[in-house]
Amino acid sequence: MQISEVVRGRFRNIRRGALGDTLFQWLTSLVAIGVVALLGVIAVVLLIAASASIQTFGPSFLTGMTWDSVADVYGAVPFVSGTLVTSALALLIGVPISLGVAIFLSELAPAKVRVPLTYVVELLAAVPSVVYGLWGIFVLAPAMANVIEPGLQGVLGFLPIFQGTPRGADKFAAGVILAIMIIPTISAVSREALRAVPQSQREAALSLGATRWESTRLAVLRYARAGIFGAIVLGLGRAVGETMAVTMMIGNWNGVSLSLLDPGQTIASLIANNFGEGGPVSLQKSALIELGLVLMLMSLVINVFARLMVSRVLRRGEGGAE
Amino acid sequence: MAAKIEIKGLSAWYGSKKAILDITMDFAEHDVTAIIGPSGCGKSTLIRCLNRMHETIPKARAEGSVRLDGEDIYELPAVSVRRRIGMVFQKANPFPTMSIYDNVAAGLRLNGERNRDTLDAAVLKSLQSAALWDEVKDSLDKSGASLSGGQQQRLCIARALAVEPEVLLMDEPCSALDPIATAKIEDLIFDLKRQYTVVIVTHNMQQAARVADKTAFLYLGKLIEFNATRDLFERPGQELTEKYITGRFG
Repeated sequence: MQISEVVRGRFRNIRRGALGDTLFQWLTSLVAIGVVALLGVIAVVLLIAASASIQTFGPSFLTGMTWDSVADVYGAVPFVSGTLVTSALALLIGVPISLGVAIFLSELAPAKVRVPLTYVVELLAAVPSVVYGLWGIFVLAPAMANVIEPGLQGVLGFLPIFQGTPRGADKFAAGVILAIMIIPTISAVSREALRAVPQSQREAALSLGATRWESTRLAVLRYARAGIFGAIVLGLGRAVGETMAVTMMIGNWNGVSLSLLDPGQTIASLIANNFGEGGPVSLQKSALIELGLVLMLMSLVINVFARLMVSRVLRRGEGGAE
Repeated sequence: MAAKIEIKGLSAWYGSKKAILDITMDFAEHDVTAIIGPSGCGKSTLIRCLNRMHETIPKARAEGSVRLDGEDIYELPAVSVRRRIGMVFQKANPFPTMSIYDNVAAGLRLNGERNRDTLDAAVLKSLQSAALWDEVKDSLDKSGASLSGGQQQRLCIARALAVEPEVLLMDEPCSALDPIATAKIEDLIFDLKRQYTVVIVTHNMQQAARVADKTAFLYLGKLIEFNATRDLFERPGQELTEKYITGRFG
């Protein structure tokens, strides 16, 4: 095709009033590319800002156990482990509760209860993080320190993860507040996944003589497992990056310890606590930014892993029957 | 022959809407009974009352009595009724997350059967009874959803047979199938009646004529006529029946 034809073609389009369409396509493409570019720019800027720390510590940054601003030695282990431990705890506590809520709302609740309860659960997701933190400090922390943690120690005190003095502001408390915060997300998304299971699946199980619970387990939960898994990972994503409430509850101690009843620090809470410290080009700031990169990478890995899992489960034929 | 199921004065509602009205009829053991009638006449509701699936729909209820070997099924636990009266649905509904084997074994596992040899034997027997064994014997670990529509429906029949029910209810089992798959299921029904009492809902009169010993005609929730299939089609006793089977409905 000759250039003149192309130009004439363009002209014809404009004459026909297709200018709006062309403009729209350009604009939306630009925005879409812009979002991808933004991610790249963020990564590059963080990499540049973290380069001092990367050059100084190399890979040993990831295995370093200390964070000492006096000696100017920085390592990521306390914070990566703090993030993983509190997030795992949040899932451990939050997932069973969320699934219970989702199953109740989708399978058991009468219509009169279902609608208002669904709204309430979703409203929980709208409570600002700092408000959860306040509630954590004034209600949860005293309850933890005086009742729950001593009680746990009474039963499971022989385990290394339950040793030490209960303070109420520690990794365990941070995990509990995170669990509460991810319950609305996981239960709302899981409920959607359960509602999407065709009625014919429930009937198939019931007609074999299944009880309501057996039908839920056999037909509904299995059918919806990809969606439920996606919901859990969404919750994990929120738990890993959650900052404000965790910062208020975790006790902010830059060390490594086995006990959940010791204070700790997540990547997010460390950054929130320390971003104002050190000079603008100090090694500490560079190390903080490197930790930010690590957090970003963790989120990325969680998301990619989740997507791979979900698509693998989907390929095996879920939802393909209906 | 002895009546396997006796229905007396059975009515059923969806909320305030009455779906079937004061139906009384018996199903003889080892008979295939077809229930025919125009859409919305209450055929499906009727058989869903027989294994208490009707009441699983919100606001649905039923009145009257249904006796299985003389026992009122509404006085037995619903779960045990459904283990004795199996059901195959209009649309094939295998469990897509399970393999073919696990689909067939699902009902037995619900009953607590864990012995691998017992399960193997039951899966083999059920798939053979459902005339599916030869087509799937080399792919038992494949997903139930990977089969064709007709195979999926036969898988559902095998799944229902595996728990060895006494009665098999079939709710328009061929309505989503092509003629070849339909012919296979009809052959199968013919074999099944040696062991089971079969009740099949169909809107296909030829199908009723081909497979059923007795046929019931339902219209607007009422049982209009119930007779030996040949008699019902050749010498209908009611004007409505005659109009329906000759296609002059209006």
